[in-house]
Amino acid sequence: MELWLSQLFAGLGVAAVLLLIALGLTFTFGQMNVINMAHGEFIMAGAYTPYLLQGVLGAGLAGLAFGVALPVAFLVTGLLGLVLERTLIRRLYGRPLDTLLVTWGISLMLQQLARDLFGAPNVQVVAPAWLRGALDVGPVSLSYARLFTIALVTLIVVAVGIYLTRLAHGRRMRAVMQNRQLAGCSGIDTDRVDQLTFFVGSGLAGVAGVALTLLGPIGPGIGTGYIVDAFLVVIVGGLGQLRGAVIAAVGLGLLNSFLEYGTTASLAKVGVFAVIVVFLQFRPQGLVALRTRALT
Amino acid sequence: MAALLQITGVEVGFDGSLALAGVELAIDEGEIRFLIGPNGAGKTTLIDVVTGLTRPSNGSVRFDNRELVGRREHEIVALGVGRTFQTPSVFEQLSVVENLDLAANHRAGIRALMRRRRGVAPAVAEALEAIQLSDRADAQAGVLSHGQKQWLEIGMLLVQSPRLLLLDEPVAGMSAEERTATGELIERIAERCTVVIVEHDMEFLRRFARRVSVMHEGKVISEGSVERVRADPLVQEVYLGRSRDRRGHDPALDQQASTAEPPETTEVPAR
Amino acid sequence: MTGGGAAEQRRHPRLRQGAVVAATLAVVVVLPLVVSQFRLALLSKYLVFAVVAIGLNLAWGYGGMLSLGHGVFFGLGAYCTGMYLKLAEAGSGLPDFMSWSGVSSLPAIWAPFRHAWFALPAAVLVPMGVAALLGASVFRRRVRGAYFALLTQALAAAFAILLVGQQGLTGGTNGLTNFSTVFGLEPGNPRTTQILFFAAAAAAAVAFLVVRQIVQSRFGRLLVAVRDGEDRVRFLGYDATRVKVVAFALSAGLAGLAGALFVPIVGIISPADVGVVPSIEMVVWVAIGGRATLAGPVIGALLVSYANTALSEWYPDGWLYLQGALFVVAVVWAPRGLAGLADRFRHLAWRPGSRRRAEVAVGAASP
Repeated sequence: MELWLSQLFAGLGVAAVLLLIALGLTFTFGQMNVINMAHGEFIMAGAYTPYLLQGVLGAGLAGLAFGVALPVAFLVTGLLGLVLERTLIRRLYGRPLDTLLVTWGISLMLQQLARDLFGAPNVQVVAPAWLRGALDVGPVSLSYARLFTIALVTLIVVAVGIYLTRLAHGRRMRAVMQNRQLAGCSGIDTDRVDQLTFFVGSGLAGVAGVALTLLGPIGPGIGTGYIVDAFLVVIVGGLGQLRGAVIAAVGLGLLNSFLEYGTTASLAKVGVFAVIVVFLQFRPQGLVALRTRALT
Repeated sequence: MAALLQITGVEVGFDGSLALAGVELAIDEGEIRFLIGPNGAGKTTLIDVVTGLTRPSNGSVRFDNRELVGRREHEIVALGVGRTFQTPSVFEQLSVVENLDLAANHRAGIRALMRRRRGVAPAVAEALEAIQLSDRADAQAGVLSHGQKQWLEIGMLLVQSPRLLLLDEPVAGMSAEERTATGELIERIAERCTVVIVEHDMEFLRRFARRVSVMHEGKVISEGSVERVRADPLVQEVYLGRSRDRRGHDPALDQQASTAEPPETTEVPAR
Repeated sequence: MTGGGAAEQRRHPRLRQGAVVAATLAVVVVLPLVVSQFRLALLSKYLVFAVVAIGLNLAWGYGGMLSLGHGVFFGLGAYCTGMYLKLAEAGSGLPDFMSWSGVSSLPAIWAPFRHAWFALPAAVLVPMGVAALLGASVFRRRVRGAYFALLTQALAAAFAILLVGQQGLTGGTNGLTNFSTVFGLEPGNPRTTQILFFAAAAAAAVAFLVVRQIVQSRFGRLLVAVRDGEDRVRFLGYDATRVKVVAFALSAGLAGLAGALFVPIVGIISPADVGVVPSIEMVVWVAIGGRATLAGPVIGALLVSYANTALSEWYPDGWLYLQGALFVVAVVWAPRGLAGLADRFRHLAWRPGSRRRAEVAVGAASP
């Protein structure tokens, strides 16, 4: 029972980070048909933000640096995303597979840049004092770092949900996602909406990067490992679907966590893959799908 | 004799509402049947059901006494049911003759497929002649005009010699001349097989239609000759009554109805 | 795609083909005499990569199935051969790494790989089987395009992690290496290097001819049709799923063949050769050479691999920048790669009138 609960907790922690990464991907994929492989390097950029800030502010202010890093990473990676969208991705609308390839090229360069700037070895970000330790609930010990991550992601997901359904801007975004041409004809500036989506989506990757520094050391290749799993969340959840992404992230996080417990970490990955292929037999469009009559 | 195509009680639901609500339709061998109705009546969905693209939640579609529901698209084609789409869908990267050649060989085995095409098969040459594209046989299909693409698509069906042909708005977007030529082409095809045509164009309908079925809100509401259908009060209600009642109340809907079906509002005699 | 090329060929088909074949044969025969053993081994490796690229191009360029998991098929072929070589060396004992990992008896899955007649066909058939199984299950449910690409990428990630994790079975991170015999030949011997070079050249030639025959056949036209309008093909009466599965499995089989040759030529196969990054590199070869062209992928694989070696020799870190940049430039500004550029220049120089047609093809070739 205790083991069961702590696996559940660990699974939720992984799910929270995956979800944060997948949010940006699912909206850029669903709305613009862009598959951004450089998203992983945005995570990396976000992860190096507290590392740099702690270097600047000194060890004494490590906690403050971490707190400041959250909004700073959001802005920095959001701007990175915006630059990428304006310079390259814009030229490739309507060619989703090509966006995948181009952004992978970008991700190669960004990784090498990080190696040149920060060195190839992993570095450790100092967790702020208030996130060290754990909360003991009966026999189960819940680390503050994980609790903080779960709470942060919950907050962000709720905010995104409100944005999408309640605010005019979010509704415009959904309109563009469902029918770009019609939205454009109805006076929505689809270009602006695209830019904003890309900014926010990339920014969230930065926040996810900051959260990842709590789970372990970080390095130039940190994004690659997460991005593949995050894309699986997108596939299972359905394109551009907040609800689908949440369910898929939690489902895959828990599945992975329990399979790891039952077998080994390496077999768990294969198990998750097999489960997804079987799942696609029943729901090839993902959990939540937009219906269209388009013929391809 | 049983009908060639017998549709009974077909229902299709999309997110809670019924796109088809119990369609009953029988088409006899050798007919040319026109299928008309306002936008959203379910005409294209019905074709989708017959050809296996959409699976109905209820009902049966029997073709030549064989159930089609549950079969995959290519199996239905193999039984002899062909269709076209509202937007021309030919393979733009292939040449005209390659398009036709692929269509003609759909029953070929893997060994024949793995060989190169040599020359032009008689059936393909005949189809090229019929769709008046003989001189453009080696052109890439992508550079054809809109009307020529529609014809190529019909030609691709022609070489397959199906028993039943479902044409979804074959003259949409065509010039008057192209329409006439297409109508004549379809009449020639109909000598050899049964044809069902979804069409909005009233002029075209009047010229080429013999029997007409009218769909509305997922059901067939009237059937018969053009004159009989026109005189049917139910049809008048659907086409005329609705737009009259709404005039002034809902200009958007009114506009939509009149742009989509301009001839109907003027052609059907007033009550 | 075939626009200009086909027309050219029709003019002097025999002459042109004869010249190309003669030139290629001459190069293959002369090279082993003039380059060092080290260079010859590198060239063999590039040729092996060309085989992968030729196969991947069949799936992606002509069939529209972008696979980011071809490293898996390459790896399956390589590990099949690697297992045979390891067992040939161990004789009646256990492969060295197994003893180090505390494995006491030969795992059942290894046993049949003692025989070359099993291991070598398996190197091609196992990848084909895996590809057919994956393809049949996802293509039938119309999982395609980006979804399919991401799924194959996840497969590559899972495969590499599995190889690393099953230390006793696969040699873990180190992979399979230190072969003391290569099909009865002595590794490192110049004669062995030459034989392997000829084997790689022969494999590349066979792969090229097989894919050329497929592409020019009705099946090839059908594959292009599936790429451009899968649903439409179903309404022509073809089972589009089967067409895709066949093409994808053939493509995986060629990757397996390449993997089987890679092991004796390079002397090692490890998870680092088969994961997400190597899989995308395979896509780079095709993209830079020119997808949906016959010669493009060969040229792409040879040139990119050569550039990799050359640049790594004097500025190792620079390669990643260059590779990334090449990729971006190729995909954004030259979607049909080097072959497309060559085609365009030929059209501009000789037949200005047909320029428009070349551009129609460029625009439509990118799904």
